[in-house]
Amino acid sequence: MPEPVIDRATLEGLASTTDKEFVGELIDTFLEDAPTLLAALSSTLEGQDAEGFRRAAHSLKSNGASLGAMAFSGSAKELERMGKAGDLNGAAGRVESLRAEFDQVMQALREYQHEP
Amino acid sequence: MSRNGRPGPGRLLVVDDNKVNRLLLARGLQEQGHTVTFAENGREALEVMRRQVFDLVLLDILMPELDGYQVLEQLTTDPDLRDIPVIVVSAMDELDSVVKCIEMGAEDYLSKPLNPVLLKARIGACLEKKWLRDQQRELIRKFATSEVADELLATGFSLGGKFVEATAMFSDIRSFTTIAESQSPEDTIELLNTYYTLMFDAISGQGGVVNQMVGDGLMAIFGAPAPNPDHAECAVRAAREMVELVDLFNLDQAAQNKVQIQIGVGIASGRVIAGYTGTQNRATYTCVGDTVNLAARLEAHTKVAGQPILVDENTHGQMSEAIKVEDLGPVQIKGKKDPVRVFAIPIAHLSPQA
Repeated sequence: MPEPVIDRATLEGLASTTDKEFVGELIDTFLEDAPTLLAALSSTLEGQDAEGFRRAAHSLKSNGASLGAMAFSGSAKELERMGKAGDLNGAAGRVESLRAEFDQVMQALREYQHEP
Repeated sequence: MSRNGRPGPGRLLVVDDNKVNRLLLARGLQEQGHTVTFAENGREALEVMRRQVFDLVLLDILMPELDGYQVLEQLTTDPDLRDIPVIVVSAMDELDSVVKCIEMGAEDYLSKPLNPVLLKARIGACLEKKWLRDQQRELIRKFATSEVADELLATGFSLGGKFVEATAMFSDIRSFTTIAESQSPEDTIELLNTYYTLMFDAISGQGGVVNQMVGDGLMAIFGAPAPNPDHAECAVRAAREMVELVDLFNLDQAAQNKVQIQIGVGIASGRVIAGYTGTQNRATYTCVGDTVNLAARLEAHTKVAGQPILVDENTHGQMSEAIKVEDLGPVQIKGKKDPVRVFAIPIAHLSPQA
């Protein structure tokens, strides 16, 4: 069975210690910020700014994990590692697949938000 | 923090460049009644910390402009900010960064994703410790000299001793008992208070610390707790100032037809054992050892020598040549098997001695 895009237990755990409205607010914030961070990955990659690349990947990793997007978070973590090592060779393809993963995450989170 | 016993809600600063993290932290903290302020990077954090008072800082590590390490580094070197506890908030996979932060002075850490129960416990414990430290600080400020308070606050409280190179000074008022018997008790207390004020001024003006006062006598230390390579010279300068101040005081006393006083000062330099003596509940900073005994003996010997200030050979060796001395040669000092070489520091008196 393929790994789910979103780990429901993480979202439900979060909702149980806060409330669903707050989780909705977190999801909105993540979905608003993520495109900026993804754009930062591309621009820092172009400018060979490994430190900036690392920070953008770090934020995506962290936010993905907070909202249960474990596979997405794992991919971002790999990019963060590359930034930290200062070696961005082959990162372009990975950034593209992270974007594709983000589209899936966005869809799954929206679906969660629209559940009754 | 509450003003009546236990710590209540705190004033917290959350430093994180990531909005999702800020929201997550704020939610948990505000639910516990804390006031939360945000900074989006290290530079903003330091700016707001210099304007506002906080009880606790929650600090992200990886941030633009100034990162968490740079913030910690600046906090530890800033005397106004170094005592504000910091909890580092970092991802689970960054344990090495956490270790580095703790070594740099962070109090504790929280790992992301945040666990609300752990968050509450860590914040509570941290605020409690901060509150206790604030209480302790206030007590120290009240009961210790400022130098000792600074040392205690910088190094932490321990009763352990250590060897330090320092200069010990003893001073007292000659024939004080006779003076006390010749005047009213009010005049004696007033005289002592003026005397102590003058002596404290002279001693602290040269970086010395008065650590004992008994009756009309006092003991002071130069070069400890705060190290001072010129401790001998500073002690001698302080002693000269003390004698000169007493002379001025005597002019004033003579004008009011009141009793005049003479003081004797003994100074010795060398290795002393310094530390806090007493119990955990009540302790004072003190120095003991041969050097200290010798200073006390020299003070007693000032009466015999008819000199206001006597110093030992070590002190003489460390003084600048600008200070005039008189070599009194080897002198048999009470409590010493062999004679000790003693030097007098002559003072040109302002008025003819009575």
